[in-house]
Amino acid sequence: MMAKTLYQKIYQSHVVAPVNGSTDLLFVDRHLIHEVTSPQAFAGLRQAGRTVRRPDLTYATMDHNVSTQLRSIDAAGETSRKQLEALATNCKEFNVPLLDLMHPDQGIVHVIGPELGLTQPGMIIVCGDSHTSTHGAFGAIAFGIGTSEVEHVLATQTLQQQVAKTLKVEVTGSLSPFVTPKDVIMAVIGQLGTAGGNGYVAEFCGSAIRGMSMEGRMTLCNMSIEMGAKAGLIAPDDVTFSYLKGKPHAPQAEHWDAAVQYWQSLYSDADAVFDKTVTIAAENIRPQVTWGTNPEQVIAVDQPIPSPESFSDLIKADAARRALAYMGIEAGQKLTDLKVDVVFIGSCTNSRIEDLRQAAAVVQGKQVASGVRALIVPGSGQVKRQAEAEGLADIFKASGFEWREPGCSMCLGMNDDRVEAGQRCASTSNRNFEGRQGRGSRTHLVSPAMAAAAAIAGHFVDISYVERAEGSYS
Amino acid sequence: MSQIFAQGLVCPLDKNNVDTDQIIPKQFLTSVSRDGFAEALFYDWRYLANEQPNPDFVLNEPQYKGASILLTRANFGCGSSREHAPWAIQQYGFNVVIAESFADIFFNNSINNGMLLISLSASNIEFLFSRCQQGTQEWKIDLAGQQIILGNNAAVGFQIDPDIKQRLLSGLDFIGASEQFEPQISSYETQRATAQPWLG
Repeated sequence: MMAKTLYQKIYQSHVVAPVNGSTDLLFVDRHLIHEVTSPQAFAGLRQAGRTVRRPDLTYATMDHNVSTQLRSIDAAGETSRKQLEALATNCKEFNVPLLDLMHPDQGIVHVIGPELGLTQPGMIIVCGDSHTSTHGAFGAIAFGIGTSEVEHVLATQTLQQQVAKTLKVEVTGSLSPFVTPKDVIMAVIGQLGTAGGNGYVAEFCGSAIRGMSMEGRMTLCNMSIEMGAKAGLIAPDDVTFSYLKGKPHAPQAEHWDAAVQYWQSLYSDADAVFDKTVTIAAENIRPQVTWGTNPEQVIAVDQPIPSPESFSDLIKADAARRALAYMGIEAGQKLTDLKVDVVFIGSCTNSRIEDLRQAAAVVQGKQVASGVRALIVPGSGQVKRQAEAEGLADIFKASGFEWREPGCSMCLGMNDDRVEAGQRCASTSNRNFEGRQGRGSRTHLVSPAMAAAAAIAGHFVDISYVERAEGSYS
Repeated sequence: MSQIFAQGLVCPLDKNNVDTDQIIPKQFLTSVSRDGFAEALFYDWRYLANEQPNPDFVLNEPQYKGASILLTRANFGCGSSREHAPWAIQQYGFNVVIAESFADIFFNNSINNGMLLISLSASNIEFLFSRCQQGTQEWKIDLAGQQIILGNNAAVGFQIDPDIKQRLLSGLDFIGASEQFEPQISSYETQRATAQPWLG
């Protein structure tokens, strides 16, 4: 039998029928929906007189434009209220379960799917959101789709797809202290570029990946879309199985052993051939900070901001010139000399309990620098409750952080959590695009620990250096 | 047989990595409609902070008024999966985008709205940009023959997936097409429920 990659195994097990040529009809195991990309899909169903084929495999939440200050759909403005109401109405009419703002487990769609055990190995999971790649951390094929495709999945529980190319990203060795999965994925994107993964599904492997928690693996897969990959995934192992055991929607006792037995067959065969392979030594990865306006414009915190002339590609040089102007920085400057105005810890990339623990460890007993606005937005009701129970919320509040309700918040500023024009933000989110966090906002992507350290110092900090020098950030 | 899928004025947008946040910023995403996004296209580049048109942005240059073919560089449409991006491009009046490459989700979203996205080599893209520098361009897109007709006997051929080409030419309803597989979907569901009952 021909050796297969993990992606190929899952793809083939979901083929309902070949459609024509190279296109297959694939079954979708989980369809997650939210308020922003679903209203037009439901309207389309209604117009065509169609129903939701499998409401039992469809789950909705409110996350993108909810207020993180008040649990009320009125709190984020009139158009947001209408959109949130439309989701509630649509879910009711089509019998789709909804975790609304009053539900204790409401949160960012890519945080709650795994928490509830909806995300499982071997599945195909889709959502009208590009960061659906997050769920690949469990050994699932998970990818973002557009609204027309949301309508297609609602109507048929399937999608027409073609086999993607495969990319193997191996991270060998183990991570240095204070280097996190966020730094790993940013370093990978820096190396491959924002289009390096176009047309590929990336599988992350190697000892550094095996050593990561589920939270860390989710951060890693979350940002595979930022290198253009269709999806990112990691073969499931005991870390995956222990995370899932006991979760409300995970296989229950009578099916658990059979499920685990199946999941254990989900790995790339030793002699499987990938279309492209990249190997990175974990020891060479330092804490990363983006300096520009796309995620490949990234450097280690102790490197100088590059000059446009250092890029041999003329178009990249021009992009660098524009990025430096937009970001209000100059080639040769040190990141540690850049003052920050805002610090945002949250988003589907870094708002899980482990992220908050790392940030709390850095800020405990210290104060947010004067003039810095610092926000912590937990990813879900569960994360929020756990952080409060562990005393993390008290640490943050005592340090001068705002402690908010769950939502996507300042990652994309669809609600009222925005970065003002010209302000510089250390953000644990996933995109440093122009205007992403607010028109004229200047975003630097970092890990939770790096964001926390920047909040305390008022500028970027090399946390690994501070740790060596003072032993203080631990 | 030549079949003209589209023809019209070309607007050159000389940038790499144009992301969907630039194509349509977040504040326009709270709509529950599929329409009304033309004014939002490239909003932060197209309008100054005082909401007046930015004279330095290419779309606002008078010679590109009415353009229906967008020429750009690599990785166009990266970032967010928002289908509002192709809706805005299409509602503004573009039905064809030519680039070195496209982000995957944006590509699918555009095709699902009947837009044609053409990927060309970096050297061909460079050649087309150089044509634009010589003066405004009016091109015809022959989808069946897979070529961009530049005029004066000049043309650039392009590759396209045969399934996508067929869909664009026949204008098939893709949900309707998948519904033809109803018996196979039902049979898959039955088998799935037996083999992996934990999946729901």
